[in-house]
Amino acid sequence: MSETKIVDARGLSCPQPVILAQRAIEEGHFPIAVLVDTVTSRENVRRAAERAGLKVQVEAVGDEFKLTLTR
Amino acid sequence: MAPGALAQVLRPLLKNLEEEERIVVGLDTPDDAVVYRLENGTLLVVTADFFAPVVDDAYTYGAIAAANSISDVYAMGGIPFLALNLAAIPADMPPEIATEIFRGGMEKAREAGVIVAGGHTMADKEPKYGLAVIGTVAPERLLRKGGARPGERLVLTKPLGSGIITTAYRAGEASPEVLAKVVPWMLRLNRDAVAAVHATTARGATDITGFGLLGHAVEMAQASGLRLRFWADRIPVLPEARPLAKRWLFPGGTAANEMYYRQWVSIAPNISEDVAMLFYDAQTNGGILAAIPAAEMERFAAACNRLDQPFWEIGEVMEGGPGVEVV
Repeated sequence: MSETKIVDARGLSCPQPVILAQRAIEEGHFPIAVLVDTVTSRENVRRAAERAGLKVQVEAVGDEFKLTLTR
Repeated sequence: MAPGALAQVLRPLLKNLEEEERIVVGLDTPDDAVVYRLENGTLLVVTADFFAPVVDDAYTYGAIAAANSISDVYAMGGIPFLALNLAAIPADMPPEIATEIFRGGMEKAREAGVIVAGGHTMADKEPKYGLAVIGTVAPERLLRKGGARPGERLVLTKPLGSGIITTAYRAGEASPEVLAKVVPWMLRLNRDAVAAVHATTARGATDITGFGLLGHAVEMAQASGLRLRFWADRIPVLPEARPLAKRWLFPGGTAANEMYYRQWVSIAPNISEDVAMLFYDAQTNGGILAAIPAAEMERFAAACNRLDQPFWEIGEVMEGGPGVEVV
């Protein structure tokens, strides 16, 4: 399994987390782990990734969220 | 604040206001401004709003923020006349920039016939600007979210898209040319839109701001105890917003609107999710959403025409459980 690319979007407000996730998706190295700290960012990143045809696994980490994006 | 969170904060405070008989419109309804009856019967319309910059240009920012604050008086059917500045200015902001923000606000207010006679400014890291505004409204001209009646037509007086365009611009994902398409709409006063509504016997209206078209529509549906049906292909959206929506560059506020209000909204399955999300997009000084008696649509259209006020007929008010549907 290849190394996970980490995108730390905590503390950023939308659409910034979506933009960072999309840049990582364009680079094409999967899996990608996106870290966010709000429910709205979680939903926006999840839907943006699903729209790009990716599988998304959401994990709550304390008050924060980790979204793992795979092809 | 997010829609659900704000309601939760205000709920414990409702009881204090119920006892005030002078409050004609208060916290117990989701209306755009407070309406207070003076001893002589005059109705005062009182509101306040301020926000962080939505554009780079200081003068334009001030003007948009002022137009947005004043809009809440228009949305209640009122005529604004007096305002106070509410501002936060960073300590390191050059004074001439701050002056431009206030100048933009005062000149926009003057366009609305409003005098800005004072205010309060504090220091903060991020600039904030807006107005506290007072107006009057004749009782028969009062427009409420709860004033919609079955059979009326829903009209909207500005296209949607200011939320996604301004935040995409700030994130470097939309060009200055794209931003320039939405600025004139954000600068436009809702005065003429409401004047056209007043050419009819309509009683139900609101302005579209932070909760987006569908959020404010839910408030209107619930306050009126009726169902609002929107025709998706008639809802105006700035063309520049559509590719940004396809890339899902929605602001957090838009996402929060959808998460909260979707429980009262049904969207036809043939409408793609990026288009539906635009209907939730948080607007800055958006248009007036009004319910116009069907038989008076011609009169409304003639008044809009006379005032050079665009409008779109986007739906209808129906009997049935309170809620919103998009078909």
